[in-house]
Amino acid sequence: MERPALDRISVSIRSGMITGLVGPDGAGKTTLIRLMAGLLLPTKGQISILGLNTEKDAERLHEITGYMPQKFGLYEDLTVLENLDLYADLHDLSEEEKTVEFERMLKFTTLKPFIHRLAGNLSGGMKQKLGLACSLLGHPKVLLLDEPSVGVDPLSRRELWKMVQELADQGITIVWSTSYLDEADKCHDVLLLNEGALLFHGSPKELSKRVEGRVFQLEVPLEKRRMLLKDVLNHPETTDAIIQGNRIHLVSTSSFSVDLKGFQWTSIPPRFEDAFVDILGGSPKGESVLAKHISQKTSEGQHPIQAEHLTKRFGNFIAARNISFSIGRGEVFGLLGPNGAGKSTIFKMLCGLLQPTEGKALVSGFDLKTASSEARSRIGYMAQKFSLYGALSVQENLNFFSGIYGLQGTFRQRKMDHMITIFDLSPYLESNADLLPLGYKQRLALACAVMHEPDVLFLDEPTSGVDPITRREFWNHINEMAEKGVTIMVTTHFMEEAEYCDRIALIYQGINIAAGTPDHLIESVKTKDLPYPTLEDAFITLIEEINGQEKEKGRA
Amino acid sequence: MKSSFSFRRFWAYFKKEEKQILRDPSTFLIAFILPLLMIFIYGYGVSLDADKIPLGLLLEDTSPTARSLENAFLGTPYFNVTTSTHRSSIEDELTAGRLRGIVTIPLNFSQNFLRNVKTPLQVLLDGSEPNTARFVLNYAQGVVSNWNAQQKIEGKSFFTSPIRAEPRTWFNEELKSRDVLLPGSIAIIMTLIGTLLTALVVAREWERGTMEVMMSTPIQIREMLFAKLIPYFFLGLGSMTLCVSLSILLFNVPFRGSYLVLLLATSIFLLASLGLGLFISSTTRNQFVASQISIMTGFLPAFMLSGFIFEIPSMPQSIQALTYLFPARYFVTILQTSFLSGTIWELVLPSMAFMLIIAFFFLSLTALKMVKRLD
Amino acid sequence: MSMHSFKDGWFRIKALIIKEILAVWRDKKSRIVLIAPPLIQLIIFSHAATLDVINISLGIYNQDNGWYSHELIQRVKGSPYFKYIYEFKNPADVKRAIDTQDVILSLQFQPHFSRLIASGQTAPLQIVLDGRKSNASQIVMGYINSILQTFNTDVLKYKGVQVPEPIEIAYRSFFNPNIDYIYYTVPCIVAILSMVLALMVTAMSVSRERENGTFDQLLVSPLQPWQILIGKMLPAMIISIGESTLLMIAALILFDVPFKGSIVSLYISMIVFLFSMVGVGLFISSISQTQQQSILGTFVFMTPTMLLSGYATPIENMPHWLQPFTNLLPIKHFFIIIKGIFLKNMPAAEVFMHTWPMALIALFTLSLAGWMFKKRME
Repeated sequence: MERPALDRISVSIRSGMITGLVGPDGAGKTTLIRLMAGLLLPTKGQISILGLNTEKDAERLHEITGYMPQKFGLYEDLTVLENLDLYADLHDLSEEEKTVEFERMLKFTTLKPFIHRLAGNLSGGMKQKLGLACSLLGHPKVLLLDEPSVGVDPLSRRELWKMVQELADQGITIVWSTSYLDEADKCHDVLLLNEGALLFHGSPKELSKRVEGRVFQLEVPLEKRRMLLKDVLNHPETTDAIIQGNRIHLVSTSSFSVDLKGFQWTSIPPRFEDAFVDILGGSPKGESVLAKHISQKTSEGQHPIQAEHLTKRFGNFIAARNISFSIGRGEVFGLLGPNGAGKSTIFKMLCGLLQPTEGKALVSGFDLKTASSEARSRIGYMAQKFSLYGALSVQENLNFFSGIYGLQGTFRQRKMDHMITIFDLSPYLESNADLLPLGYKQRLALACAVMHEPDVLFLDEPTSGVDPITRREFWNHINEMAEKGVTIMVTTHFMEEAEYCDRIALIYQGINIAAGTPDHLIESVKTKDLPYPTLEDAFITLIEEINGQEKEKGRA
Repeated sequence: MKSSFSFRRFWAYFKKEEKQILRDPSTFLIAFILPLLMIFIYGYGVSLDADKIPLGLLLEDTSPTARSLENAFLGTPYFNVTTSTHRSSIEDELTAGRLRGIVTIPLNFSQNFLRNVKTPLQVLLDGSEPNTARFVLNYAQGVVSNWNAQQKIEGKSFFTSPIRAEPRTWFNEELKSRDVLLPGSIAIIMTLIGTLLTALVVAREWERGTMEVMMSTPIQIREMLFAKLIPYFFLGLGSMTLCVSLSILLFNVPFRGSYLVLLLATSIFLLASLGLGLFISSTTRNQFVASQISIMTGFLPAFMLSGFIFEIPSMPQSIQALTYLFPARYFVTILQTSFLSGTIWELVLPSMAFMLIIAFFFLSLTALKMVKRLD
Repeated sequence: MSMHSFKDGWFRIKALIIKEILAVWRDKKSRIVLIAPPLIQLIIFSHAATLDVINISLGIYNQDNGWYSHELIQRVKGSPYFKYIYEFKNPADVKRAIDTQDVILSLQFQPHFSRLIASGQTAPLQIVLDGRKSNASQIVMGYINSILQTFNTDVLKYKGVQVPEPIEIAYRSFFNPNIDYIYYTVPCIVAILSMVLALMVTAMSVSRERENGTFDQLLVSPLQPWQILIGKMLPAMIISIGESTLLMIAALILFDVPFKGSIVSLYISMIVFLFSMVGVGLFISSISQTQQQSILGTFVFMTPTMLLSGYATPIENMPHWLQPFTNLLPIKHFFIIIKGIFLKNMPAAEVFMHTWPMALIALFTLSLAGWMFKKRME
């Protein structure tokens, strides 16, 4: 018999608090939330919410709960306002309440200028926000949110958090499932699930205590950081290590890490994520077998990706305006920006999915839109949403992608065998790709994108919704590929992911508003009030500056 | 403990459904453009009435008697006669499908006839078109018996034929197939709107994840079902009005029944179709599968098993039994009767009752099957 | 194009073809949908879709008690076409039976029917037909006429009247000796189901990839648009040819239908026919945003096509201005070919006569699909 999705969970959730639901992929978070929403019935046991049994009192339960599924289904052929209207009516809001609530929701979601736009035409993040707004209507007493912030930009995430906090202050109970552990850190309580079992229930601070005194950081030269990280990760006393701009963040097995690598480590207070990775057995080691099988890229041409005055118009709307940059060989380049700022448009123009209205996008010197298939065979692409053939097995997907990229004969077989070993796919070879656990889907998608040894790799929000451990493993591969000279372009909302980038371009309203190394961006927003800004702070400050300037202009 | 039906929630969901219908060009295509196309094709083009069937006449005998028989064939409106004296060339035309039959007037035809020797007239038919073959045979028989009768009158022995058939056709004096096919085609259009369209829109809500959210809101299943039923119900009625008015006004199909009865019957039929559509979508959440099942259980039976073109009594018993399960059978009967003969209660009432049973069956099954849960 | 790049291109297309076929075949539901329903439909509809008129219900209202009416009724009862015979006592019963469609026609003998005949006069036989069944009524009237004709002659002979021997018709039906309807429906249903499947397989293939996001994967790959198009077209062809073969085998096993012609001619024309349908399907697919639109678009194409194809209603019966347009429908030509090959041993030259129009249409629909495909990619 298969392992149950949830195994004998007993827990009570405090009312008026925000309870974070965390755990690696496949831990059973979504199942638990659906059970609470009364959408699934427990095989054994029972759940009651404010005294209402999810089975017997489902009808009344739905009146007092708000639920937002992972993939919130908006009616894409209705406008923003019509979607809100529908949910307001379903929750029986009065006209006055509607006016107040809509005002509030539109402000937080910054969707006000778009109220008459069809939901289907919103960007991914905006859809997410609208979905959340819809589930918040109707004064729920209990709010069940399944990964509400996946794909939402840091600015909106902050707004979202503020709102939820306010709701909690009003006495509303909130269950929030998330893979952003900085969010979990701010929760009153967390439930940590692993493989259907409850590993921890308590305040995040309490969990963080287990790694107290074992967390360190170290400033390193920018160009050496990836090599160093690998060494640190391979050290037997390392539990977890990640790159944060020009620092390495380390969790060791003991507090004697001072002489690790002979560097001078500074002890810092633990974060929730450190404890999370620790309790789940630590991060994967730093070796990437993948990179071993990739040949070193010789340096023909120094700038594999070049954007020259890229502009894209959709009717009157300018999605990208005069964007220029060039990315060097072996560089990891991050494209950041709020939802709907135009980063997807730029990304798509670079990989040839959209034709620029003006300007040129060159990859290895070729314009992809017009280039021969040979030019396109030099790039690898991994879409935001899992988009391999779900009905095909893992092996068949590998066969297919190696086939369309023209790999042949024994070389093809060898490549596929490598991918299977590297990503540990052999137990799943015959399963349908759709049925894989999320982490394995991610691996398969990466395998299919790199099998033909591309010079350039395009990653569109590669780890959104993926748990921290899988994310570390993923970045180990990326880091080493960059070391081998593969040029990598990545879009992301994850600041942790952005920290891995060599350079970042911040896109807002279709314009490149800031560019540089992560530390450079952080440095640029340092003030007396904010002496130690994070990358997220930098992101938000830079965007708010633009908003401020616009207001000025508006006044003038 | 059931809380009461909330008109507001119903209305909200109803408005949503209405906007989606109005905004999707494909709904409009199915509800109005396709019916228009079908009505025009049935009105102007398609018909079961054979006239001017291409017929070959092989004249091996060229005597005046044979010529008079030839003239009898040339004189009917049913045939488009090509006369030939070469057997081989004319038979090739039959094989190629350019002729539907060949009448051979044999070499010694007039000799035998005048000597009163039994003379068979050979007719070759193209059996690959059985219906046309039947018509050729019937019409040829008609031509020959008329000719026979004339010979008797012109001949020496003067006598009267013992029986004279006096056929009278009720309801459709000229036996125009158009007047029968046009009303029948309405059943097919209603099935498309009722079954296929509803099955698709519900499956789409599952695929896009909107259904999961709906399940977690206070909306009740019955509110949702009503809000789904009513807009498609009215869409169906709208399409119906279009079809009926065009049939009557443009194509002069008589309407002898009562509009009220037709409205009632259409309503019941739509309920049954919608019930089937909703039921299909409650069993599958995939648009491809939903469309296939709707075609199999809705569209094709409405076309093939409703008696609209193909006679139910001519089918094998087992398939005849099967036809009772499909509401289209009853609706086609009511439609053809309402248009051509008026309201015949003995026919209309049982048909309505059967449709009502089917509607009730599917709707209650759907209501039972749909629970506000994902599994 | 050099040999190497040709081989390379083919290799990539092969990967696409395998993927496409696996995507249909691996999913249990779509596998079932491809096999079970067509077979069930073949069986049911081949029996149901008949314009044969048999098992007729007939009413008799006999006000005459004489020998002649009795004898005529016996002859009608002896005919194989009439199955149920009801005797009515008054005109109201006749009306009700016709109204409620219990009988399709009623024979009415007036009180002096036999006496009139015996006295050498002509006796009228009133026949009421149900006009709601326009086709069946005409055929039934044909049956009655031929019974009457023989009866008339026999009566005259019996009475010793010197009658010229009437001309009788001896028919011989080519290709289908008993004018059996199933000979016609089976090949036609095979053609219809082949068309439906070819359309369904292709119409959703692009829109589904668009909805799932896999289409972008293809666009960023080294594949050229024409390779993607061929990669969509060939698998659809393979699946459709397989389906048609399955249906034909089933038709020959399950039904007593001859197969007289050349299998090679049939396959060549079938491939051309399926290409034209795949072209239509791909065109619908490339203009649709969603799967729903593909399905409904297919219907909008399929319904008028079926009506004008000459299947249920002969093309000869259509008005003259409309008839040339039916040549634009590939299935019209394929109906002629498939029936010709099953029943007639149609010569290759004749098959070719109907194949080239289909080839022309296929060329048109495929280029249209290709053009739309390229346009939508930019």
